[in-house]
Amino acid sequence: MSRPANLRYLKSHEWCKLEGNIATIGITDFAVSHLSDLVFLDLPEVKTDTMRGEPFGEIESVKAVSDLYAPMTGEIIERNERLQNELDLLGKDPFGDGWMLKIRVEKPAEWESLLDDAAYQHVIDAESH
Amino acid sequence: MKKTPFHDIHAGLGARIVEFAGYAMPVLYKDITSEHHAVRRTAGLFDLSHMGRVYFRGPDALKLATAVQTQDAAPMKPGRVRYALLGMWDGGILDDILIARENDGYLLVVNASNRDRDVAWFRERAAGLDVVVDDATDRLAMIAIQGPKAVDIMADLGFTGAKDIGYYRFARLPHPDGDVDVWRTGYTGEDGFELIFDASRATAMWNAAVEKGTPHGMIPCGLGCRDTLRLEAGMPLYGHEIDRGTNPYEAGLEFGVSATTPSIAAAALKAVREHGVRRKLIGLEVAGPRVPREGCGVWSGDTLVGEVRSGTKSPTLGKNIATAMVLAEVAASDAALTVDIRGNRAPATRTSIPFYRRPDRS
Repeated sequence: MSRPANLRYLKSHEWCKLEGNIATIGITDFAVSHLSDLVFLDLPEVKTDTMRGEPFGEIESVKAVSDLYAPMTGEIIERNERLQNELDLLGKDPFGDGWMLKIRVEKPAEWESLLDDAAYQHVIDAESH
Repeated sequence: MKKTPFHDIHAGLGARIVEFAGYAMPVLYKDITSEHHAVRRTAGLFDLSHMGRVYFRGPDALKLATAVQTQDAAPMKPGRVRYALLGMWDGGILDDILIARENDGYLLVVNASNRDRDVAWFRERAAGLDVVVDDATDRLAMIAIQGPKAVDIMADLGFTGAKDIGYYRFARLPHPDGDVDVWRTGYTGEDGFELIFDASRATAMWNAAVEKGTPHGMIPCGLGCRDTLRLEAGMPLYGHEIDRGTNPYEAGLEFGVSATTPSIAAAALKAVREHGVRRKLIGLEVAGPRVPREGCGVWSGDTLVGEVRSGTKSPTLGKNIATAMVLAEVAASDAALTVDIRGNRAPATRTSIPFYRRPDRS
């Protein structure tokens, strides 16, 4: 699976897409594959805030639970309700139908500090050797 | 990391390899859930070569076996296997094992994570005895074929005698490449076999098992589903349900203890039988979407009464299940319990262990 162009990443495998001042957040195909056997996703309520680098939710697999980290600071304006009952969307279309949150960003400059595709590929290579 | 004789096969299959007890082991090949279901519905093939295999041989083999483990080894006839505990002087558990009676001694299959400690202890206890403690782990390979199709697969592999081996027995069955020790044992809650043979035969044996097993729906299975399968089946995992600070009665493992055998743990275990236990392992079905994990607190109202030892989302039952060590009076009562899962209190219902029983044994 190839990643869409123009996304940015955290090394904890969250992706972020910025359109105007709206950021869409999800987790990458690598993260989904690495977690395996997803059983539960906990996402925050709309109208709450995300803080760059802070956990916004958690994702649970048969083996373990992992925190999800916010790539950018802002207010959550929408969350993907389909994921509550269709966790397999994360595996089928992690960069599309498997999106998690849309936030209205408060600090657009944070975008520049996120990993670009090449830098994220280095993270994956280091973890999968 | 140490490698089992099957390592290149695992790598070639694209398994996810993790370190377990110093070995590079496959945690999954595809995903835990489908591997788990394969064992419940058809069959799974496991590499168990990391498990320790230690022989006691010589005139004093029985003396050593009697000292270090909790079963009565004396009446065991060749071909018999028992589940036992390596019991310490204070009743704590050093390991849980299978002990098999061989023609010329005993074979103990021990946990990979405890192997070095166990073997060191065996050698310490063997001082002054006429017995050889032979750690044969590295020169032997071990696989398991587990699931309702296991008998058919063994027959197709040429082990026609396998179906006649009783539960918790083993037999040395002939094979064109040499004899194979076939055990009717497992760690999944299904019918199945565990096979021990020379490590040099690993690739040929694996490939033959895949060739004969695949038409029956068998797939290779990793340690991930081994854990979910054993937990559903109510089988303890060392370091979780049992450890150095837990005695067999607390963990519900009295079937692994002979009350009349003079093992090192005998006096302490007798005292536990006379005075009762302060804690007891119970099964819980935990409500809500969050999976209870090891270390989660178990509460009765505002009182902390125990802790989760293992938890998972049961692939077979579709529910969150856990084992928990709780105060004995709580275990004996019907007090309402909750499990604290990272700050969320989830209601828990007591259930029997095992959580799952295979249909033909219920």
